[in-house]
Amino acid sequence: MLQLNVNGKLYPLDVEPDTPLLWALRDTLQLTGTKYGCGVAQCGACTVFVDGSPQRACVVPVSAVLGRKITTIEAADGSRVGKAVQAAWRKLDVVQCGYCQSGQIMSAVALLQQNRKPSDADIDAAMAGNLCRCATYVRIRAAIHEAAKQLA
Amino acid sequence: MSDFRIENVSRRQFLQGTAGLTLAFALPASAAPAGPGKAGGEVVGKVNFEPNAFLRIGADGSVTIISKHLEMGQGTYTGLATMLAEELDADWNKVRIEGAPADASRYNNLFWGPAQGTGGSTAMANSWEQMRKAGAAGRFMLVQAAAKRWQVPASEIAVRDGIVSHSKSRRKAGFGELAQAAGEETIPSELTLKHPRDFRLIGKHAPRKDSADKTNGKAIFTQDIQLPGMLVAVVAHPPRFGGKVKSFDAKRALKVKGVVEVVQIDNGVAVLAKDTWSAKKGRDALSVDWDESNAFKLGSEEIFARYRELAQTPGAVAAQQGNVEPAFAAAKTVVSAAYDFPYLAHAAMEPLNCVMRQTADGCEVWNGEQLHTGDQHALAGFFGIQPEQVKIHMLYAGGSFGRRACSKSDYVLEAAQIVKATGGKAPIKLVWLREDDMRAGYYRPAFHHTLEAAIDASGNISGWRHRLVGQSITKGTGFEGMMIKNGVDVTSVEGAANLPYQLPNLLVDLHTPSDIGVPVLWWRSVGSSHTAYSTETFFDQVAQVAGKDPVALRLSLLQKHPRHAGVLKLAAEKAGWGKPLAPLAGMRRGRGVALHESFNSYVAQVAEVSVAADGSLKVDRVVCAVDCGVAINPDNIRSQVEGAIGFALTAMLNGEITLKEGRVEQGNFDTYPLLRIGEMPKVEVYIVPSAEKPTGIGEPGVPPLAPAVANAIAAATGKRITRLPLRTEELRA
Repeated sequence: MLQLNVNGKLYPLDVEPDTPLLWALRDTLQLTGTKYGCGVAQCGACTVFVDGSPQRACVVPVSAVLGRKITTIEAADGSRVGKAVQAAWRKLDVVQCGYCQSGQIMSAVALLQQNRKPSDADIDAAMAGNLCRCATYVRIRAAIHEAAKQLA
Repeated sequence: MSDFRIENVSRRQFLQGTAGLTLAFALPASAAPAGPGKAGGEVVGKVNFEPNAFLRIGADGSVTIISKHLEMGQGTYTGLATMLAEELDADWNKVRIEGAPADASRYNNLFWGPAQGTGGSTAMANSWEQMRKAGAAGRFMLVQAAAKRWQVPASEIAVRDGIVSHSKSRRKAGFGELAQAAGEETIPSELTLKHPRDFRLIGKHAPRKDSADKTNGKAIFTQDIQLPGMLVAVVAHPPRFGGKVKSFDAKRALKVKGVVEVVQIDNGVAVLAKDTWSAKKGRDALSVDWDESNAFKLGSEEIFARYRELAQTPGAVAAQQGNVEPAFAAAKTVVSAAYDFPYLAHAAMEPLNCVMRQTADGCEVWNGEQLHTGDQHALAGFFGIQPEQVKIHMLYAGGSFGRRACSKSDYVLEAAQIVKATGGKAPIKLVWLREDDMRAGYYRPAFHHTLEAAIDASGNISGWRHRLVGQSITKGTGFEGMMIKNGVDVTSVEGAANLPYQLPNLLVDLHTPSDIGVPVLWWRSVGSSHTAYSTETFFDQVAQVAGKDPVALRLSLLQKHPRHAGVLKLAAEKAGWGKPLAPLAGMRRGRGVALHESFNSYVAQVAEVSVAADGSLKVDRVVCAVDCGVAINPDNIRSQVEGAIGFALTAMLNGEITLKEGRVEQGNFDTYPLLRIGEMPKVEVYIVPSAEKPTGIGEPGVPPLAPAVANAIAAATGKRITRLPLRTEELRA
């Protein structure tokens, strides 16, 4: 049986190896915070970390991440940066429908882990793959600056 | 079909009618509603006090407010709770919100008669008195209970932030301590609501109640529902609207691991599996032969060609003032323009889905439910049961923009067909993949508009002719009686037929082709999504031809519309209208304005753009002024307007569903691109202080954006954009 390391826990997994990580997380492990939006890495709603780097879980087969450390939104508060990003999102009431926000937050955490003082241009580049149909972009940008301020 | 009907004269008249604002119905504690985040409907903690259908107070002091409206991002839950908590004098930190069950006897939209549902930016407006009265009733009963317990006059008791107190005797109690006693008080028949100067939540900052769960992955959407034994259904739909299954071969699909069953339904073939991925693989392995003898086979170009031809002849009159013929005959100058607006998909981030199961006494539904009563009736009709036997759990919707209020209950009935075809043996989660969602129709209808203005010798607009051609959204639905008058669907002409400018001669008419087989529906801001564009860009063009400033000319024709004038002046002032824009190397820059009322809210926007030599466009800044009556939650108003600007800009820059020989050409976000963060302009939102009743804010920010940007483009380049979405090649230097 396959085994996945998600949020520091090992899960046995009875799925076909070509199953995208997204569906293994959602349907099998019932970690539903990671969202399905497009299935073709166009929207970023399924962004998770694989060994610390952001990946679109909808196009990553389970077979490619065996033995690697996967982090999802459910464990985003496990790092100082993750906590700061979530706090900033709440302080500024970024969310509207909320469906894309797990992915937005994971991408924002990834950005701030690499770059503690991102410019608007850095934010636009790092967040370009995360779509928000409610267009909460004004606040996403502000919240990333706010989190950076808190982390400084 | 269903016998569900919306009863109301018109959305435009709702301000006059307060539509039976009855307070509250006693609700047994056992009938506690389901809430988002919960698959069942269990009550958390002991319930001691439930004065009405909107409020429950637990012995632990928790305050649960029940929302009859869907939270799809627009902040409804927080807004409704703000109103109730204000009059209850609750501690905002202890307030939680639950979605109401489907029950129009208690939770109807007061502007829709006996129907429950969310739409037309009515949630705050129809609940304004209802929710405050529900809170005031709770407060009254808590005070009565305290007065009895402490043997003091009720008039000496104060309530603040969830604490009931009597200062003279220095006694105080939390809501929880008084809950049981309050439950024994009688529900008051007369209530006094607060004076606005005493508001502590309304007009102040009450943070969103869904922020925490929407930032840690805990918020539950329909897509996240898992029931024991549940099967996931992915459906092969016909490639053209109106197609049917001729035959299918499920052998290969059934060999996919995890696939359990394949069933035929009215609109395709459903593959059921233990998980979504297996169902998708099964669906992809199906072979289906389609009967397309009655399918719709026209392409977009052919549809527009037909619309342009129809526009040559008079249509049904939607509005008429004076007599346009002599005005045009005597005109010194005639200005004209023709516009094409494409079909638009809602493309919410959560593709459509629905969870359903048959139960011993009916059926049970989990859905981002936007049209409770309509869907209840549709399902009751389908299963041969009573509407009350359809139990609906209203979950958060990952966006909707109107799509989940489908007047034909399309995806909900599809789930029901699968439940029935499988004998009701397992709960079903119907999942539309992105491409299924994109190609399923129920689009914002495509429209063609023609406009003509007569300018007389003194430079005044002496005549205005506006003709619209496009499909009706409400014909053949439960909304028809409310929306169609004298052959004119108000949702086709709103914003055009009620042009605010005082013009002596005006004629607005409409063609409604009924043989176009593309399903259409309301899309955030409905008719105003195209009428604001044509009227406001055309007005700008007329002002230019007449040699007048577009803001000054508008103001001169708005004498009878002070709220329109108010937002226009505010936006112009804040944007620095009339002051030159800072030059940017290599860019043509321009500023444009647009003004539009929709859903009884007034919005003006001033956009600043930069256009590069290759025609590429950057919207740098949008200044917006809004008058939506009492600002219940100012931060949410700003948030909605920011989002509306991004939503509208997406449509202007990229939004287009096209058909080729009846097939939808788009499928995913590569072919139907959404705005990305780098394209989002700077946004400033100014709210006009107002004591008028609150009106909508979910939609009204959308309509003025595209015309303001188009007018800015015209100022920068001299080019008028009459076909959306924008083709940047039209803007090459």
